Amino acid sequence: MDVSLYKYLLMLGDNSMILGHRLSELCGHGPNLETDIALTNISLDLFGQVRSLFQYAAKVKGGSATEDTIAFSRTEREILNVILVEQPNEDFAHVVGRQYLYDIYHFLLLEALVGSKDETIAAIANKSLKEVKYHKRFSGEWLKRLAGGTDESQQRMQAAIDHMYPFLDELFHVTEVEEEMRAQGVGADLSVIKAECYAIIDDHFRIAGLQVPEHPPRVSKGKYGIHTEKMGFILSELQFMQRSYPNMQW
Amino acid sequence: MSTQDLEQRFQDRIDAGEKIEPKDWMPEKYRKTHIRQISQHAHSEIVGMLPEGNWITRTPTLRRKVGLLAKVQDEAGHGLYLYSAAETLGISRDEMTEQLLCGKAKYSSIFNYPTLSWADIGAIGWLVDGAAIINQVMLTRTSFGPYARAMVRICKEESFHQRQGYEIMLTLCRGTAEQKAMAQDALNRYWWPAMMMFGPRDEESPNTAQSVKWKIKRKTNDELRQQFVDITVPQAEFLGITVPDPEMKWNEDRGHYDFGAIDWDEFWQVVKGNGPCNKERIAARQKAWDDGKWVREAAMAYSQSQENKTQSKIA
Amino acid sequence: MTEKSNNISPKSKSNSSEWPLFEIFIRSKNGLEHRHVGSLHAADSDMALENARDVYTRRQEGVSIWVVESKNIMASNPEKAGELFEPAKDKVYRHPTFYELPIELKHI
Repeated sequence: MDVSLYKYLLMLGDNSMILGHRLSELCGHGPNLETDIALTNISLDLFGQVRSLFQYAAKVKGGSATEDTIAFSRTEREILNVILVEQPNEDFAHVVGRQYLYDIYHFLLLEALVGSKDETIAAIANKSLKEVKYHKRFSGEWLKRLAGGTDESQQRMQAAIDHMYPFLDELFHVTEVEEEMRAQGVGADLSVIKAECYAIIDDHFRIAGLQVPEHPPRVSKGKYGIHTEKMGFILSELQFMQRSYPNMQW
Repeated sequence: MSTQDLEQRFQDRIDAGEKIEPKDWMPEKYRKTHIRQISQHAHSEIVGMLPEGNWITRTPTLRRKVGLLAKVQDEAGHGLYLYSAAETLGISRDEMTEQLLCGKAKYSSIFNYPTLSWADIGAIGWLVDGAAIINQVMLTRTSFGPYARAMVRICKEESFHQRQGYEIMLTLCRGTAEQKAMAQDALNRYWWPAMMMFGPRDEESPNTAQSVKWKIKRKTNDELRQQFVDITVPQAEFLGITVPDPEMKWNEDRGHYDFGAIDWDEFWQVVKGNGPCNKERIAARQKAWDDGKWVREAAMAYSQSQENKTQSKIA
Repeated sequence: MTEKSNNISPKSKSNSSEWPLFEIFIRSKNGLEHRHVGSLHAADSDMALENARDVYTRRQEGVSIWVVESKNIMASNPEKAGELFEPAKDKVYRHPTFYELPIELKHI
């Protein structure tokens, strides 16, 4: 099998899966019904992407692999999402901040992947792009509303950004797999995205009246399977059924 | 026109099958009954998100994940449609929420039972949604226009919920012995609470007569319960699992299933707040309400400030 | 004859942090009119549009959305229904069947 392509698909899918998981934790607990429904829509979009990516990954891997063995049977060290997306739902501002930063990156990444030489990746990116355009609008609007709402919401939004922003850097750290995929014309060039991403975000922060955090990037190695202490708990839920009752149909 | 005449004219309209719209004259009791019933229905949708939501992060497959997420999300939508229908009668959603949180308003007791295994998600879809559909199909023809319209929309969307639940049960029953046992265990725990969903027996349900007269209800609790039993027992047989009622058997003369006595003491205990999860359910709603307060306020403050900006520009 | 606020009776208590109510109209496909589908709450009309997309078009129900804050709808009073609508009842000459033509005549 093409190990690099397989790993690249995991990296793409794992980010959507873990972010989708975090959002799915909120279903039924949102600040009001309308917002609850909107957050669940985003979660559903992300899990839809996960399924497409993992179905393709299963094909690349071959044998008895399925979208579910890929999602639920890997160990923590084999899961390659970035640290940003596993950050907990501390409050609604953290949810918005995490989502906003990831959405801007995600959108630019997908724009690049639409031109991928790998037709399946290009097709998935094309479909996902429309969804993520909406996510970005949702999180961008809320970022603005919270930053410009009450004193409390302003403080909470700033605190959330202060927490999340230092994890942004990891998204642009180029691993060997990503370098190889870029060289083959399959993956995106993260260095191009990086400049644009920071420019958009910093600009948006200024308009919203948020301070661009000065905190240096946090050392993050999610792309290498080294996660935070929260990850084990995420996986204990995500993989609960498949670990407790392996090899069954559901 | 005297109140009596108005009431007679109102009843004539209902008898003639006319729908009542929010601004039409209506007896105060009709208004109050509707606020109570519709908000109770809305609360049931919202509280009902919790037991199923309990399994969203633990679904066994990705396909089940999106199915369950979409279903629980639909329940939020249905709660929203129903709150809107009640709002046409002059009560705000916030007021209704407060009534739920302080315990003044009720919701369906079934949601005070815990979801302990994945099979419970199947059992809820099959039995609880099955019971709800019987009730809701009847309500699409209820006399109050906004309520009937909300129910039409809800019934259309709900059609996938029960199928989803039954498919989960079917997969379990066709799976390993361990899976089938899981399905039987869920049926054992959810059967009687589902039977109780139709409410007290007719002779102990004083509001039924008035509700039938106003076409809020078109069938009595016992009629609906019998309908549920007759539909559901063959479905259990198809699955190869057993309804936990030794007295359940087909009665050729009646053309219906006979069934055993319901434990009404348990029913009233749960209604009174002493069920396995009453406290946890309300606590979860209270937490979402409290945690969301600053968010709702911020959004209003932001919109207000934008409006002020526009106005000062115009001036 | 008309009265502000369609649905909400003045008894409704207002709460400063409760988002106002909006009425939602959806065009299910081009060529059809927008139809009232229900209501929802939003802080302003921008948000109402987004919420309407999430709440009322989850199953591809629409291609276009209108939102209007409920309080801005003027509604006729049902008690005046008699004087408003009944006078049209006997104006049968507005309907084609009022005019008598031989049945063998086509396309008219």
